[in-house]
Amino acid sequence: MGKRAAALVGFTEWAPERKWERPMFGMEACAALAAEALADAGIEKGAVDGLVTGGLQDSPMFSPLALAEYLDIQTHFSEQVDIGGASSAGMIWRAAAAIEVGLCDTVLVLVPSTPAPPQDGAEARKMVMPPYLAGDAWGSPQGIYDIPYGLVAAAPSFALVATAYMDAYGVTPEQLAKIAVDERNSALKNPKAVFKDKPITVDDVLASPMVCDPVHLLEMVMPCFGGGAVVVTNAERAKKAKHRPVFLSGYGEYVSHKTVTYMKDITVTPAKPAADQAFRMAGLDRSNVDLCSFYDCFTITVLATLEDTGFAPKGQGGPWVAERDLSFAGDFPLNTHGGQLGMGQGGAAGGLSHVVDALTQIQGRAEDRQLAKADKAYVTGVGGLMASNVGLVLEGA
Amino acid sequence: MQIEQPFSESGRPLPRRTPTSAPFLDGARNGKLRLQRCPRDGFFFYPRPRCPECLGDDWTWEDASGRGRVYSYTVDRVGLDPTQRDRLPLVVAIIELEEGPRMTSNVVGCAVEDVRVGMSVEATFEDLGSETLVLFSPTA
Repeated sequence: MGKRAAALVGFTEWAPERKWERPMFGMEACAALAAEALADAGIEKGAVDGLVTGGLQDSPMFSPLALAEYLDIQTHFSEQVDIGGASSAGMIWRAAAAIEVGLCDTVLVLVPSTPAPPQDGAEARKMVMPPYLAGDAWGSPQGIYDIPYGLVAAAPSFALVATAYMDAYGVTPEQLAKIAVDERNSALKNPKAVFKDKPITVDDVLASPMVCDPVHLLEMVMPCFGGGAVVVTNAERAKKAKHRPVFLSGYGEYVSHKTVTYMKDITVTPAKPAADQAFRMAGLDRSNVDLCSFYDCFTITVLATLEDTGFAPKGQGGPWVAERDLSFAGDFPLNTHGGQLGMGQGGAAGGLSHVVDALTQIQGRAEDRQLAKADKAYVTGVGGLMASNVGLVLEGA
Repeated sequence: MQIEQPFSESGRPLPRRTPTSAPFLDGARNGKLRLQRCPRDGFFFYPRPRCPECLGDDWTWEDASGRGRVYSYTVDRVGLDPTQRDRLPLVVAIIELEEGPRMTSNVVGCAVEDVRVGMSVEATFEDLGSETLVLFSPTA
């Protein structure tokens, strides 16, 4: 069932780092990422005829063109994707779709998330998390109707969603905190995780500083630098890859707003229509999924995604989470790499880390956190302020 | 990165006056919450040259009641916008207006611990010099 025309065959992922010690431009990072991912896949650079990226600081306009020149790759498909944190997952399906329709055969998905030069501390941080989220341009509605009231950065937006969930469904602080604890338990087994040496408890989460009620510091991602890349190729070439090919059998995307104030219902996220589309395309039932890797910028993002993707009943995400172990060792493996909450958010590559988590499991390369059965995975990306969602159904060959 | 957000003399971000936003900001300056109303689809916010439902341009400006309720809220404890740090703790709220649309605002005039979802509020205005913000406080 589902689409079987394009497969993910190789990847690379740099460990997220809070301070980046190796100065490099985005294109330099892309060259290194490309070399590592192609070597992992066992595919020559000359076979690549598609490039997708999330944009480059060193070439903010015409990024894919600059990249083609820099890597000396001639493409039939080039794209820059900008749907926030969902961009990486969005790049994966666009790469697969280009192969499915026959535009090209092999696509490199490149997500460099190194600091923008000059690597001055304040400037670098601004590029990672500009507090106004690029809503400050002349005449922007966000600049006129949201920013003057302090609705800036990401935390207050997700906090507004969390408050509404608590009011509507009785979700408790302990239930949300448990998501961070379970993810941290998986991170302890991931050598690349920023928090690999620091176990936490629900009490630790609730005792951490309140950033925006009801969001505590330990319920938010740690912004980092990093990078990642994935090689997507056609079914024929996938047979010759070094690792088990992983087909993208279904995908969905939904974009509905930028500012949470204007959501139709703040407790219903774009994860639902994206998931419905992805599972319909894959011809797969949710019960067949062995693991989930859900974009987790905040604990409420995970809870809302569990409900809206149909894994937990709507409004029951709180008790549902409390009754399960979401770690790699538990009964509902979710973010077995530790999630961005446990691993750190390597810029836009933090979104790619969920794809890599699923690939690592399905290819049997997860070492200490390997699941006994990992053939089918559901991966999500969330962008903006709960504003965009991409869902990917991944199935091992 | 060029930031185009205008700021008050005290360093607070200001709403930018554009041909589309000016009637709303003029209303606020005069202590009125004004909304556009489409003859087919009702009130909408934020101000636009076209109704977001039907894309028609035969809307009119009307004075709103200024009454609403808290749809959701959060309390910024750290000052995610550094220019707002002297206002902490700052209640950032989504207000559902009696007329239907929602808007981003702040709840003032009560302890932050007293803010609740569903709480009745009414518009109040804060003069920032060249522009005026529409805030909300608990209904008297």
